[in-house]
Amino acid sequence: MDLSPILSEATVASAGETGSWRNYRPLVSSELCSKCGNCIVYCPEGVIFEGVDSVEIDYRFCKGCGVCREVCGQKAIEMVPE
Amino acid sequence: MRAEGNRNGSGVKRLLTSNEAIAEAVKIAKPDVIAAYPITPQSPIVEKLAEMVESGELDASFVRVESEHSAMAVIHGAATAGARVFTATSSHGLAYMFEMCWWIAGSRLPAVMAVATRSIGAPWNIHGDHTDIMSLRDAGWIIGMAESAQEAFDMTLQAFAVSEVVNIPFAVGIDAFTMSHTAEIVEIRNAKLPERRQAYRILPGMEVAVNAVTMGEARMKARYDLAIDLEKSAEVIERTDGEFGSYGGLVEKYRLEDAEYAVVMAGGWCGDAKDAIDMLRDEGVRIGMLRLRFIRPFPEKAVKELPSEVLVVDRANTGIKGILGMETAACGVEVKNVVAGIGGLDVGIDDFYRLFGKFVDGKLEKVEWLI
Repeated sequence: MDLSPILSEATVASAGETGSWRNYRPLVSSELCSKCGNCIVYCPEGVIFEGVDSVEIDYRFCKGCGVCREVCGQKAIEMVPE
Repeated sequence: MRAEGNRNGSGVKRLLTSNEAIAEAVKIAKPDVIAAYPITPQSPIVEKLAEMVESGELDASFVRVESEHSAMAVIHGAATAGARVFTATSSHGLAYMFEMCWWIAGSRLPAVMAVATRSIGAPWNIHGDHTDIMSLRDAGWIIGMAESAQEAFDMTLQAFAVSEVVNIPFAVGIDAFTMSHTAEIVEIRNAKLPERRQAYRILPGMEVAVNAVTMGEARMKARYDLAIDLEKSAEVIERTDGEFGSYGGLVEKYRLEDAEYAVVMAGGWCGDAKDAIDMLRDEGVRIGMLRLRFIRPFPEKAVKELPSEVLVVDRANTGIKGILGMETAACGVEVKNVVAGIGGLDVGIDDFYRLFGKFVDGKLEKVEWLI
């Protein structure tokens, strides 16, 4: 029995890097970002992490849904067309 | 799987409903996790199991959930970690857990579910037909249909053994009330089930994604593998049935050897239909029954061996046709098809006698509803 469609690495599923599906890219302003972590909690893909000056997004898997922009109290995230 | 006879090689005879017989079989199978939500007419199965857990007779986790969707989700999760699992439902409960039924089958996890088959509303109806369990047939489950409390007992134990070999969940169907709440003599035989085995287990500390998003290729392959393995499960079902029960595997052939006329049916009402067949046999009519013990995998081979005159009597419909009528016809067999007994509408021995007589006389339309 081939289990490869069911089980995969914890980071890369059989669909590959789903960031290629993205139409809009979230851009974080390091000047406005307070690193409160709200977007980290709300990101449905779990691909936002705390960086040095601001949060950082793993664009290999970010699908561009824009939830991070909606929940950002600092209005530090802008969605720009790919 | 091995039957362990009590002292004299046989079991203890008790008067049990099919619901109680299933609970006794589950107790012998020693599940690790049971999760269920009550619904008529299944409730006595899990009520009995809850009592067994409470009294210490059965060492299992009984998870009381708020819905059938959660019941199936709980046993899905527990099975993923390697637990032997059981649930039971009926009708709207099965409808409510429908999504998770696909998840557990697609995840290739062994599980056993009893379905006390009941009509699905509207209009509201708690009585028996096969509408609910037939809705499972595309989800990738093994679907068995018992005819008696004894068979419900034996099939439930077979279900654990089969499911854990083929990595496909197994539904055991019993007709609402005429089986679920009707007591018969059941021989309770101990069984030695093999240790729980399954294709994979996910345990704490493992870094793995289960059922992460797939594209068409992987999904198509998974679906194809499941379809092939479901067909192949027939061999395991037949072998296991030979070890414990010996009902005939996917089908039971009743007075079919020299039959010119064959009736195809499934479920509890086959007993009454057999009595009607006996009455016609006494009159010299060469008629017999192919009782489908399984809906999935569908017993195509046995259906293809039927004589040329075939009547399929269904307790569930798809459009104007009966579901088993359609499935049988899809094997390349010319069939007459009757839809009957929906919502618990009683079909007795005399009704079957008249119906089969009409069939033998060549007076049945292609599709008829017995209203």
